[in-house]
Amino acid sequence: MSEIRMREALRDAMAEEMRRDPDVFVMGEDVGVFQGAFKVTEGLLDEFGEKRVRDTPISENTIVGTGVGAAMAGLRPVVELMTVNFSLLALDQIVNHAAAIPYMFNGNVRVPMVIRMPGGGGHQLGPTHSHSFEALYLQVPGLLVACPSTPADAKALLKAAIRDDNPVVFIEHESLYGIKGEVPDGDDVIQRFGEAAIRCEGSDVTIVGILKMAHVAEKAAAELEDKHGISAEVIDPRTLRPLDLDTILESVRKTNRAVIVEEGWPHGGVGANLSTLITEQAFDYLDAPVQRVTGADVPMPYSRRMEQAAIPHEENVIEAALATTEGAFPRERQD
Amino acid sequence: MPRSVPRYGLCMAKVPDRQICLELLGRMCLIRRFEEEAGRQYQRAKAGGFLHLAIGEEATFVGTTSVMRDDDYLIGTYRTHGHALARGTSPDAVMAELFGRETGTSGGRGGSMHIFDWKRRFMGGYGIVGGNLPLAAGLALASQYREEDTVTVCMFGDGASNTGNFGETMNLAALWDLPVVFLVENNLYGMGTSIERHSAVTDLSRKAEGYGIEGERIDGMDVLEVRERVSHHLEEVRSKGRPSLVEAFTYRYRGHSAADPEVYREKSEVEEWLAKDPIESFIRRCLEDGVLNEDDVEAARREADRSVEAAVRFADESPEPALESLYEELYVVSETMGWYAVDERSPEPHRGELGEDAPEVAKNLAESGASHAEEARERQSREGVRE
Ligand SMILES: Cc1ncc(C[n+]2csc(CCOP(=O)(O)OP(=O)(O)O)c2C)c(N)n1
Ligand SMILES: [Mg+2]
Repeated sequence: MSEIRMREALRDAMAEEMRRDPDVFVMGEDVGVFQGAFKVTEGLLDEFGEKRVRDTPISENTIVGTGVGAAMAGLRPVVELMTVNFSLLALDQIVNHAAAIPYMFNGNVRVPMVIRMPGGGGHQLGPTHSHSFEALYLQVPGLLVACPSTPADAKALLKAAIRDDNPVVFIEHESLYGIKGEVPDGDDVIQRFGEAAIRCEGSDVTIVGILKMAHVAEKAAAELEDKHGISAEVIDPRTLRPLDLDTILESVRKTNRAVIVEEGWPHGGVGANLSTLITEQAFDYLDAPVQRVTGADVPMPYSRRMEQAAIPHEENVIEAALATTEGAFPRERQD
Repeated sequence: MPRSVPRYGLCMAKVPDRQICLELLGRMCLIRRFEEEAGRQYQRAKAGGFLHLAIGEEATFVGTTSVMRDDDYLIGTYRTHGHALARGTSPDAVMAELFGRETGTSGGRGGSMHIFDWKRRFMGGYGIVGGNLPLAAGLALASQYREEDTVTVCMFGDGASNTGNFGETMNLAALWDLPVVFLVENNLYGMGTSIERHSAVTDLSRKAEGYGIEGERIDGMDVLEVRERVSHHLEEVRSKGRPSLVEAFTYRYRGHSAADPEVYREKSEVEEWLAKDPIESFIRRCLEDGVLNEDDVEAARREADRSVEAAVRFADESPEPALESLYEELYVVSETMGWYAVDERSPEPHRGELGEDAPEVAKNLAESGASHAEEARERQSREGVRE
């Protein structure tokens, strides 16, 4: 084990896979000379050279599309899009091409690529740089979607993603790049997709959180225990497609209550989807309506106070958990 | 990485009259001071998010706006404080936006990258590289549609000229004869990637050829050349209704944003460009010509200092946006739209909804504390159907 930051874990995952497989290469805007907008690709250019660490023009759709083409021909591109919001410019290649091609051509060709994109709010980057589109990619059949919250998961999932033969949308959270965590040593530790992690065990309410919200959920659970005597079980799904629904359902059958926390918008969100799945499959076990804690239903504002008001915090999770125990609807957020 | 010195404009533009020179100098000094101060305020954490400064690019902005008509449109990028200031937006409102205050150009919702000033037809800064290009075509389409002779000036970076939006917009604008002057601020870098490493053709004015329109490279460090050449393009576009492409050679002295170690360029290159400083060279020119004297220059600098200091004070004293306003301005609430709750989980119409604008039925519903759920339940029992 060694303690490293999330950005280093991701970098190590790419470096190790590049050493292991000459078909793996990295491309994106400012991933080389500039070392990555968030310094995730630091050192890769030095080690692997320009052939395998490719700076691209600002052409998201074309970068992804080029990756799709290269993947069809058998390479394993890891494409970095600088921010989740910019991935919208590449949505055509991601949805109409990467995700559809294997199916459309009846499995005669595969698209083994990874599209990495950092997102999320908290840095006052305003309405064009701060969003969370897990729900958007979750919706697309043909894609795998990862959303790691710890350095160990980030590394092990990214390695799995690179080795996998499907197109993977790999969503990272900008606020997590700096967090440190224990990461197992060794080149061959991979994390299979579709295996949720139970971050802490509990018996009264199940709290599901992704990315930064997995951490918020954990902190909320600690406070629920301390201040309210409520025992919360926190689950981090780690991947949304495939989703480890079994682990979540098993937990809900035990606790009879569920809260889902995400930073994205409420309509059609990760929570909306998961809430439906829980309701469909564990309705008889529920003692209260499933609660969702989400980002505010607005484009992300710039002002610090407003932005903070638009992002879920521990208090919101605690409030929602308490609401499930009272069987009431959540009150409006008091900011 | 040694770089070749760019080719310059062919002729020296004439020095205009005193009033215009004062105006050009004043605006450029204002932008320079504003940007320096913005950088300082960012260090003090008064401004957050990303901060892209345009120090070094003043002549391109000011030369262009100085020959635009009041009813022409300007649309900018995320390095955009200078676009707004050149167009005449008050430094108070721009600084307040950087501070995230209610009095900012976007009420604190947009921040540094998203300045806007409808009154001065500054149609916004945009955080998405290339996102402003199709918008420019749309603004010009509106002018053409209404048979107005206004022209849209669309500023964007060398990096943006590689986006799909660029190619698609150039073609559409040329195809439909849309009155746009596309002005590429070629500062030789898109973030940390130099133009040789991001564009197959580095003479960006030549990108016009493929669309059958005129393209010209000009010296963006020379405010008089920018004036003269952009003025020519504006009038050509205005009279012929065809778009054109101007490539202004310029340079940003600071890093791409506040956190940029600038590993991608040599110090000597920055120094080479510092020697061509747009403000200092314009001052030299004016003094040589005799149109301005040292006192004029001193006064312009002092005035810039004064307005920027005032802007900081204004921003600092301005209130933060009220949290209750979080959901405001997302929609226009009117008779056609009907009643809604922004976040459907809320059992009540959300705060921020403009109650007084809501239709009668919505008000009644809201007053009786009705929620969507209750309304639906009521309907169900009335009609005996399930939704
Ligand atoms: C669609 C999109 N991709 C990437 C980015 C990140 N980004 C911001 S500025 C920039 C470089 C732009 O360079 P250029 O167009 O030359 O403008 P300059 O910064 O030099 O003014 C990049 C890649 C973005 N904002 N939008
Ligand atoms: Mg540039």
